[in-house]
Order: sequence, then structure tokens, then C-alpha cells
Amino acid sequence: MGDLLNALAVAGKSALGFQAIFFALLAVGINVQFGYAGLLNFGQIAFALLGGFGIAISVSQWGLPFWVGVLVGLLAAVVLALLLGLPTLRLRADYLAIATIATAEGLRLLFRSVSATPVTNGTRGLSAFNGDFIGLAPWATNERYRILGTTWSGGELWVALVGWVIVVLSGLLIWALMRSPWGRVLKSIREDEDAVRSLGKNVYVYKMQALVLGGILGALGGMVYAVGTGSAVPDQYQNANTFLAYAALILGGAARVLGPVVGAMILLFILQFADTGLRLLIDNGIIPEGLLSSTDVAQIRFVLVGVGLMLLLIFRPQGIFGDRREVMLDAR
Amino acid sequence: MLLLRLFLVALFTAGIAALGAGTASAQPEETGPTEQVLGTLQTSRSGPIEGVQVTVTTADGDEVDEVETDEEGRWAVEVPGPGQYVVTIDADDLPDTVELAGEDNRTVTVDEGRRQAVIIGLEDGSRGSGGGTVRAVQLLVDGIRFGLLIAMAAVGLSLIFGTTGLTNFAHGELVTIGAIAAWYVNVQGGVSLIPATIIAMVVGAAVGAISELGLWRPLRRRGTGLVAALVISIGLSLLLRYLIQIVYGGRSSPYDFPTGRAVDYGLFTLTNRSLASIIISIVVLVLVAVMLQRTKIGKAMRAVSDNRDLAASSGIDVNRVILVVWMMGGALAALGGVLLGLSDQVQWDMGFRLLLLMFAGVTLGGLGTAYGALVGSLIVGVFVQMSTLVIPNDVKYVGGLLLLIVILVIRPQGILGSRARIG
Repeated sequence: MGDLLNALAVAGKSALGFQAIFFALLAVGINVQFGYAGLLNFGQIAFALLGGFGIAISVSQWGLPFWVGVLVGLLAAVVLALLLGLPTLRLRADYLAIATIATAEGLRLLFRSVSATPVTNGTRGLSAFNGDFIGLAPWATNERYRILGTTWSGGELWVALVGWVIVVLSGLLIWALMRSPWGRVLKSIREDEDAVRSLGKNVYVYKMQALVLGGILGALGGMVYAVGTGSAVPDQYQNANTFLAYAALILGGAARVLGPVVGAMILLFILQFADTGLRLLIDNGIIPEGLLSSTDVAQIRFVLVGVGLMLLLIFRPQGIFGDRREVMLDAR
Repeated sequence: MLLLRLFLVALFTAGIAALGAGTASAQPEETGPTEQVLGTLQTSRSGPIEGVQVTVTTADGDEVDEVETDEEGRWAVEVPGPGQYVVTIDADDLPDTVELAGEDNRTVTVDEGRRQAVIIGLEDGSRGSGGGTVRAVQLLVDGIRFGLLIAMAAVGLSLIFGTTGLTNFAHGELVTIGAIAAWYVNVQGGVSLIPATIIAMVVGAAVGAISELGLWRPLRRRGTGLVAALVISIGLSLLLRYLIQIVYGGRSSPYDFPTGRAVDYGLFTLTNRSLASIIISIVVLVLVAVMLQRTKIGKAMRAVSDNRDLAASSGIDVNRVILVVWMMGGALAALGGVLLGLSDQVQWDMGFRLLLLMFAGVTLGGLGTAYGALVGSLIVGVFVQMSTLVIPNDVKYVGGLLLLIVILVIRPQGILGSRARIG
């Protein structure tokens, strides 16, 4: 019973911690692109990578102030969105999907390569760039606080607080945007692109704006993650994370303001709970070591996400909050 | 391929400029339970070098262990923990034809839980002896081998897209499953590689058939949208990829198959296994082409790919054709996986990494066309290998992915594709 409560508490912490914020922001970005505009961006993690490394490189390597690093990261994300959108947004959805996933993998390989080592420090990545930000916390960051049965360091709390403020602000922004004429055009592009075009709207420009906005949100997510972990390592930005964010979005409900946020929290809770729970069962010998060892548990989360994505899309594509009519999910 | 890669790695790291020089090199680093330093001593001419003493000491000079390379030229030493280590080889143990290209030792830093590859530059005396290869030609030949391999795996991807409209992101896992099935039969089961490959192809065909019958056909019947199907294929890909990692582990290991020396063909050298890989790919691809052109089922495949409704109304059993396409695609992907494992070792995510190059090839050739996949993949393979003339070896895949994006700008329908498909 104590173990169970502890597992629940650990899962609860991860549903509120910076990792949940990371996936929430990625998913909010994907929601703009996929949920509202129908664009398949499978390279959201590339934007996060640029965000995280934007800060890390600016601060650690170039010695710039933290906030300049944030600007660099956001700018890099905008440039990437424009570069990706330019060739692919006129084509059918799966071309954007292929191009973005290829870019994400390519960028990661580039950042971890030997030739990039002078800038990104290769596979080892960069660290010690979040001091300025952590220093802003109004409480002592090196003390530990007990909240809901788990301990948080002051730094973690500060990152989580600021992170959730960003999530709430971006949620408000999306809510306002989607009530505006701009949002209505975006949603109609998802429903019938040709109809929107025949009304004289420049579909291409709207799609591009959605891609850029989603990319900026992704970069913000990457920044929260980099600041939260205190390091930026290229291999943290694996492609599979994009699909974790997709799973969060679809679980919560696409084309809903709260969908991606709640989805990310639930997803992280489930994953962490499964993680702790499985480790407990292995340690207590309930699951024999031969069947599953504790080093395998880290992979289980991706297996769960894979199964979850499939089941959701087959049986409940609208997720928890979504409207089935709004998530027709068909190619164009 | 492996030799060449190692050669290039050494070119890049040790700065040896001589053509045809060999290297002492290693598998790419990967995670494992404990820290280890490891490597392979071999050159393109002498093949693997056996019986060379390798000494590993800590940065302070305390000896950790001393080992000799095995008949594959490999050596590995467990180290007590993360930190700096000095790896020294005994130059006197090297064959007469092989000399050190630089120093006889290297200092490496081992991270926690890492298996750190160590590269020591070797020269096999081919410099100035007239037997040098022309690097561009060597890369071209190697690129053709790689391109044919991609093509084989990608034909199925393209035909599945053509017949069902599905962009199958789980196709890379068919490649991995093939490679790993062959690995288990070959290494664990002790069966020689050729029958193991045939078993792997049967497994690949079976997995293809199961996924069609168990998943995609019911989904088509439900009228699942193409984007939903695409995301489902990603879910399937994640599920399979990480299941494979749990079962097989994060290591990379070779097949039980003799490495052999590189044979000099004048302008380029080629190991017998690379030559076999090229011949097998060509034969299989020609067979596929003949099947598509001549046989009834092949014609039906092209018909369904071209216009599904028209094909159905002409009396073609579309579902049966799609099932055959899946089985064929699975078998070909499995064969491609074995060939990839032969040149690059077997790894849990090998298929996913190849998938992006397959997409590049298929897009370049024209999504949905069988011959387009072939032409496009060949170009991508050659491009990726040739690009190492100007860019470092470890970012060569980036070059291939960049090519993909450039294609999308210039000619999104691909070389053999029709404008109508891209919508």
C-alpha cells in the first residue's frame, strides 16, 4: 500500500513537472498545426531542439545573456518553420510529414556529429546555462521542499511554475486566436482547402503562419526542458518524443484548447506510474527478471505510447474532449 | 562498405590522406550495461588482423587489462568506470605489410554506461605501390550497393502506398525484423546465413501478411482516413521498434559470417560480401521487375496502383493483390535488412534510420511507382556515399535527407511520378 501511494505520488510529480510542461507545449504547438490547420508536422522535436540549444549555445558557448538565448532559440524555430513550409505546404499532407521527420532526424544527427562538436559539444551536449534563470527564483533554489509526498528542489519548482505560466498563456493565446477570424479560416482550411481558396483566402500563408506559431510553441517546450534538466544533449531530442506529444494531443483531444495540456498531464502520469509500478513488481520478484529486466522498463513507455496511439485512433480519434466531427483526419 | 566506412572514419579522425590505406577501427559506440573500450584492427588489404596485443591503462598509467585481437580483428576491454583511458597496441605484432599510420596509442574518454570505440590509424602499404583505389569510384560502387539495398526495401513501401494510399511509417520495422530474425537463426540457432536469410524473408512476408490481415484490411473496411492510418502506422512503428529493443537489446552485433578480405578490382576494392550484396540485390530487383511486367499478379499490382476502382471493376480482386503486395514488401524488406546487417551490423533501430532514406528514394522516384522507388533509391544511395567526398562521414545521412527536401522543392512528383498524385 505504501509502495502504491509512493508510485502515485511520483507519477503525480511527473504530471506536474517540467517534462509534462515540455510535452504540453509540444502538443499545444502540434494542436495548432494538426488539430486546427490539418498540417502533419512530424518534426516538432526539431523545434524543441532548436529552442533548447538556442539557449545552451548562446549562453555556454557565446557567453550571451540568458534572455538573448531565448530570442535566438525562437528565431531559429521561426527560420526552420519557414524553410520547411516553403517547399512542402503546397503539397499533400504526407509530404510535409516526411520532410519534417527527415529534418528532425537530420538536425539531431548534425548536432551530435563530430564536426558540430565545437558548437554543440557533440554527443555530450552542453550544460551550465540556466544559472541566470534559476537565480531569478524568489525562494532558495538549493533547498528541498515536500509537496504531496514527493520532494522538489527549489529550482525544479521555479521551472515548473514558470513553465505552467507559459502553458496557460499559450492556451489563452490559442483560445483567443481560434475565436478570431484567423482561427476560423484555419479551421476551414482543415475542413476544405479548396472552398477556402475559392473565397479568396491565401491558404498557403495561413498554413505557414500556423506552422510558425506551432514551431515557436515547440521551441518554448524545448527551452523548458533544457532549463529543467540543466543540460542540452542532442540525443534527448529523439524523434519518438514527437509522437509522445502526438499521443498526448490525441489522448486529450485535438482541436481543443485544453486537450493537449490535459493529455500531456495524463500521459506523463500513466507513463511514470507504469514505470515505477513495473520497477516495483520487478524488484519484488512478481515479474521474473528473465521476462523483463529493470533496464527494459525505460523502453516500455514507448511501447505503451505506440499501443495507445493505435487504439486511440482506431476506437476514439477524438480523445477525451474532442469532437468526432472535427477530427475527421483525412489526407488532402 | 564497413571497411570503407572505417577507412573514412580514420581519414577524418587521424588525417591519413593516402588512398587505400587501411585503418584500425571500431563499431560505433552504443550503450551497454557497463563501460567498455573496444575496437577492430583491420585494413582493406590485409583483412582483420589477429593476435595483436592491446593494452588499456588508466590516465595515471595503471594497467587495466591486456588482450589480443581475435580472428575477426576485434578486441574489447571492460574498464572499471567512466574516465580517461589510454589504449596502446603493440606495433611489433602487426603483419609485415601493415604499419602504424600515426602513434601506437590513443587516449579516450569513456562516459558512464558507454562502450567507447577506439580508432587507431593503420596503413597497409598500398600507398605508392600502384594498387591505390580512386576514392570517387570506390564511393560510387559503394553507393550503388547501398542504393540497391535501399531500393529493395523501398519497393514494398512504394507499392503499398500505390495500392492502398498508406504512407507506412512501420516499414522500417519490417527491415529490422528481417535482420533480427536472421540474426537469431544465424547466431543463436547456428544455422548458416543463407538459409537464415530465407527464413527471415518468410518471417518478413508473414509479418507483412499479418499486419495487412489483422490491422490494415479491417481499418480500410471501417473507412479509416489516410491521416489516421498514417498515425496508426507510427504507433505500430513505435510499438515494434521498442519491443525489438526490449527483446534484442540496445547492442549492435554482426552475423556469424566470414569477413573476408577486400579484392582489388583496379579502380576500387570490394569485399566478397559486398559483391554478393550487389549481385543479390540486382537479381532480386530484376525478378521483381519481370514479375511486375509479365505475370498476372504483377500486372494486377500495377493496375491497382494506377487506379484502384478501375482495377476492381475490371474483375481484379483488389484485396488479394494488396495482400500479395504486403507479403512481397515484407520479404524484400527483410532481405534488405539482412544485407544492411551484413554491412553495418544488426541494431534495433537500423530499419527506422533506413526508413528516412527509403522515403527520400521513394519521393525522388515518385511515390507509388515501383520503378520510381528503384531509380530514386539508387540515386539516394550513391548521393549519400559520394557526399562523403565533401562532408564528414558521420553527417552523410543528413546529406541524403537534405536531398529529399531539395527534391520536394524542385520536383515534388519525383522523376517518374505524375503531377496528379501530389494534390
